Amino acid sequence: MVPISYYLVLAAILFSIGVAAFLIKRNIIAVFMSIELMLNAVNLTFIAFAHEWHQVSGQIFVFFVMVVAAAEAAVGLAIIIAVFRARSTLNVDQIDLMKL
Amino acid sequence: MHLALFFIFGALCVAGALNLLLQRHPINSALSLIVVMSSLAVLYLLLGAEFLAAAQVIVYSGAIMVLFTFVIMLLNAGKEERTHGSKMAYVAGFPGAAILLGLLTFIFVSRRGSFGQARLGEYVVTTADLSRVLFKDLLLPFEVTSVLILIAILGAVALARKEH
Amino acid sequence: METSFLTFFLISLVKVIVVVVILLLSVAYTVLLERKLVGRIQNRWGPSRVGPFGLLQPLVDGAKLFLKEDLMPEAVHRPLYILAPVIALSCALLSIAMVPFGADVRWHGVDLFQISDVGIGLLIILGITSVGVYGIALSGWSSNNKYSLLGALRASAQVISYELALGLALIGVVLRAGSLSLRDIVNVQATHGLISWNFFGGFQFVAFFIYLMAAYAETNRSPFDLPEAESELTAGYHTEYSSMKFAMFFMAEYANMITVGCVATLLFFGGWTSPFGNLIPAVGGPIVQALLPVFWFVVKVFGFLFLYIWVRGTLPRFRYDQLMGFGWKFLVPVAIANIVVTSLWMGLRVPMQ
Repeated sequence: MVPISYYLVLAAILFSIGVAAFLIKRNIIAVFMSIELMLNAVNLTFIAFAHEWHQVSGQIFVFFVMVVAAAEAAVGLAIIIAVFRARSTLNVDQIDLMKL
Repeated sequence: MHLALFFIFGALCVAGALNLLLQRHPINSALSLIVVMSSLAVLYLLLGAEFLAAAQVIVYSGAIMVLFTFVIMLLNAGKEERTHGSKMAYVAGFPGAAILLGLLTFIFVSRRGSFGQARLGEYVVTTADLSRVLFKDLLLPFEVTSVLILIAILGAVALARKEH
Repeated sequence: METSFLTFFLISLVKVIVVVVILLLSVAYTVLLERKLVGRIQNRWGPSRVGPFGLLQPLVDGAKLFLKEDLMPEAVHRPLYILAPVIALSCALLSIAMVPFGADVRWHGVDLFQISDVGIGLLIILGITSVGVYGIALSGWSSNNKYSLLGALRASAQVISYELALGLALIGVVLRAGSLSLRDIVNVQATHGLISWNFFGGFQFVAFFIYLMAAYAETNRSPFDLPEAESELTAGYHTEYSSMKFAMFFMAEYANMITVGCVATLLFFGGWTSPFGNLIPAVGGPIVQALLPVFWFVVKVFGFLFLYIWVRGTLPRFRYDQLMGFGWKFLVPVAIANIVVTSLWMGLRVPMQ
């Protein structure tokens, strides 16, 4: 038996680590990965609340988040490849200009 | 039993996430993220979301993260260098994240009386339950996401192709 | 029928050990079978010196691989280099836990012929196989060798692409059974023997052929063995590996073959059920009744392994662009068409209540 609040605190920890990684990481792929970590933390919250209120909708929400995350990963990584072709660097500080 | 499993896999999650934060090499970060996602799948199973646990492993660990490692290998991304701009991030990043963590934890702990307990096997959503809601009540959003994925495929192909 | 935790634990432990030992033995003998059969296909004898008909060859091979020097190249990324074969082998061995080998025979309330019966067994097998690609991807990357890296890149792209077709091919079967549990899927096919199997009676032969081709690609077997194409990439992702680490990749490949054969048997060929259905009256005591299904299961899986080796011995390798085009432009659309047709048929046959 585990209190739901434990799950919520765990999700909060993961989300905060994701935020910190998002701000500190300089590699664009690593930045992207920290976004995925944050999404996962939110998913955990959804499933914990689905269990709390015995509602399927929380899990449905996670399902949609996964679908969107998959689409986002495909497009995002394609953008990263395109950026790398143009700049030949992955450091976010060197790709902050809007034009080539 | 439930508590022990929660602590083991929760600790794995946190350790993986911290490793993601601290590792310099993107492939190590990607691997620690895979550890986080797989342990989260176990936590989903503990919370009775069996289809989502499987989907987490198949979609996140098996597809999305494979794409990440694929791109890391393809672009041969090396150790990340810390540039000038990241000093700001250190100043703002760690305190901001710490404040966020403190706030969220404070709220969850102070309001813990209003949350219930999770028991193993008390509330299990089978794949049939999930699909019944998904294909009856939420058919339109489901179809819209399929269109979204189609657009994402087209966009990815258009973005990543080489121009001749 | 309440069992204590201790008996459950002990029986499960014995079950796991027996299954792993049998699996590893069959891996060893599948290698021998492959060498023998490919030898016959190429008009030579194959291994014949060690023991009668070369039957002890796997033992000798194992001993040789154990005793070889374990070379570790200078420039490898050490932790991942060591981790990669472990991931590959453990993922290959894990998925056998979901496979039911025989009818639901219970002893002290524990299922004897299946390690764990979970409601989402099929999804778990898919998940484990999809994680298994990390073994290959990381081995290629950490070896710091361009052939290895190319092999790993090919492997990850190929596995991701064909996983789609593989998953879609299984949906027809799942629609027919209305369940993801492998036992339920077999029970749907159990009534009339041959004609109620999904392959014949269920009209899932299209799905079966898609599954078969996708599975060849997933296990990196010929004709889709581009990640380890000798003529182009030396040995692909395991170029830098030697001794036991190489043996682990080798065992993983063959264990994956066996798992794929088991899953194909369960999903399309009625699992442990006899091809004659109820035509042949039940014979023998309870022990024969329990072991006969296992015999049928083993025969069917053996048929798959034979097919695997036969294909390897006869078909040439695809080119890389052909492989991708085949996967995305042929297998995926056909798999989707199969889902549409199967669901239409199910919908017309079973009117909504």
